[in-house]
Amino acid sequence: MTTLTQTFKIPESIKKGSKFSFCPGCDHGVAVRLVAEVLDELGLREKTIAVASIGCSVTLYDFLEVDSLEAPHGRALAEATGIKRARPDKFVFTYQGDGDFASIGMAESMHCALRGENVTAICINNTTYGMTGGQLGPTTLIGQVTTTSPTGRNVEYYGYPIKIAEHIALCDGTAYSARVSLDTVPNIRKAKAAIKKAFEIQQQGLGFSFVEILATCPTNWKKSPQKAHERVREEMMPIYKPGIYKDITANN
Amino acid sequence: MTECLTKTSKKVLTKGNYAIANAAVLAGCECYFGYPITPQSEIGEFMSGKMQELKRAYVSAESELAAINMVLGACATGAKAMTSSSSCAVALMQEALSYAASDELPIVLVSVMRGGPGLGNIYPSQGDYNQATIGGGNGDYKMIVLAPATVQECVDLTYKAFYLAHKYKNPTVLLADGLLGQMMEPVEFKEYPYPEVDNSDWALTGAKNRPGRIIRSYAPSADNQCEFLNKLHAKYKLIEENETEWEEINTEDADIILVSFGSPARNAKSAMKECRKLGLKVGLLRPITLFPFPSKRIAELAEKTKKFISVEINMGQMIRDIKLAVNGKAQVELLNRPVGNPPSVEEIVEKIKKESGV
Repeated sequence: MTTLTQTFKIPESIKKGSKFSFCPGCDHGVAVRLVAEVLDELGLREKTIAVASIGCSVTLYDFLEVDSLEAPHGRALAEATGIKRARPDKFVFTYQGDGDFASIGMAESMHCALRGENVTAICINNTTYGMTGGQLGPTTLIGQVTTTSPTGRNVEYYGYPIKIAEHIALCDGTAYSARVSLDTVPNIRKAKAAIKKAFEIQQQGLGFSFVEILATCPTNWKKSPQKAHERVREEMMPIYKPGIYKDITANN
Repeated sequence: MTECLTKTSKKVLTKGNYAIANAAVLAGCECYFGYPITPQSEIGEFMSGKMQELKRAYVSAESELAAINMVLGACATGAKAMTSSSSCAVALMQEALSYAASDELPIVLVSVMRGGPGLGNIYPSQGDYNQATIGGGNGDYKMIVLAPATVQECVDLTYKAFYLAHKYKNPTVLLADGLLGQMMEPVEFKEYPYPEVDNSDWALTGAKNRPGRIIRSYAPSADNQCEFLNKLHAKYKLIEENETEWEEINTEDADIILVSFGSPARNAKSAMKECRKLGLKVGLLRPITLFPFPSKRIAELAEKTKKFISVEINMGQMIRDIKLAVNGKAQVELLNRPVGNPPSVEEIVEKIKKESGV
């Protein structure tokens, strides 16, 4: 007689009884769950100090059963630097949006990578400022319509979007830089592998590790969850190509 | 210069900036994060060597914004951490100071004032009295502000800044000026005299055998925020009751009381002594804590004295707090220099004579 066992469980690192408050179809929930799974698998939960940032990512501390500090907008990696320098034995990661990481916090992000701080940054790239209602951000694609680019992003007015993972990979202090997507199950698996690799690199003390996650914002894109994932695939991935841009542990 | 500075019972001749830095090290400061700016760059220079030597944390931050936020991060773990800066660069830090007050983090900021507004210049100034005591960040918050007048006090009040910051979980500012930062005086570095404050009930250390802790300023509802602000301000009231500190000389029979903090208080004290020799009944009240301000004592003195003269290196900032305390019961005059060296002893004596009708 075969007995049924439950194989899909809520990770220990997710707060018991918490319910994600993200919009339907938003990839933040998937990303937070992947982070929690990796914290569990590497046994990091009890030594973790997470840094939440400003934007939809701020709610991270409502869902993870870890110690958390909320950084002012853009300053997450300065906070992470302070935490790690004060307590090098702790596991420190930031969870930020593209606006927080690559616009208002670009100086802190780049210099953290350049110093090779032994921390990890997870950056959710959804090509818009989600929490404030879908304005143009640093990763808004050329031609993309937002509430502050009503006729689409043109470079004459708005300049060019930034390819974050590629820029971070250029910093000498960066040990690992990858871009992943959450549009399909295989890609979600790859995303988890990248997060795990980034966390392991910090455990090994090798330097700055970074994962950019391409994500949906169905509410502000005004698309269904399915159509939003199609947009990630068809419009974002050709420009923001998934891949590992730097991994100092890889064999050449 | 730096190697001679350690804990010692002998007096050593040193600059205010070095005295502050060495005192911070002796107070157990575990992390220094900073960005250079005159007239306080010696603090970061001293720390860069000393902290590495002691295997403590030092980061040359990319900006003052980053530096103060690194302090926030370190303090969130319960560590003793600090930064130091000056006027226009302290302006850059105001957002983080507001967060630190709301997060109730024990950050220590050394602010060595220079001329402003804007880039201003590198001469001594007290133009940031308002910046420190009222604050440039958003929301209803207060920082503890300590004002040394001698290089020895730079040492003693640096110790105290670390203690009060941790005791009250509140951002604390050591407010010096360019003159104090650069002047040399003999000082003694005694043992850090305060007990270590237990932070095991709030510091972020990893959620081992307990639920995760969150340090945040986001208050999702208005009710939450009302409750929080009332609690925060009850703490400020407690600080006012327990920690208000000032020096007072010859005030009992005084017709005129000079009120001055920091380096101008030195000339004010000399001027008071000169005037006493001339038979003029002059006293001095020197606030050592600017928040909490010795308002209660000034109000008591206002019942029996005729005039207060505020001596400041700015356009008159502390005078506002004096007037609030005096509440119309005595006359309040200003003797100021907008920026640069403090009003001279002679200038202060002249002002006192004029106000006395001599």
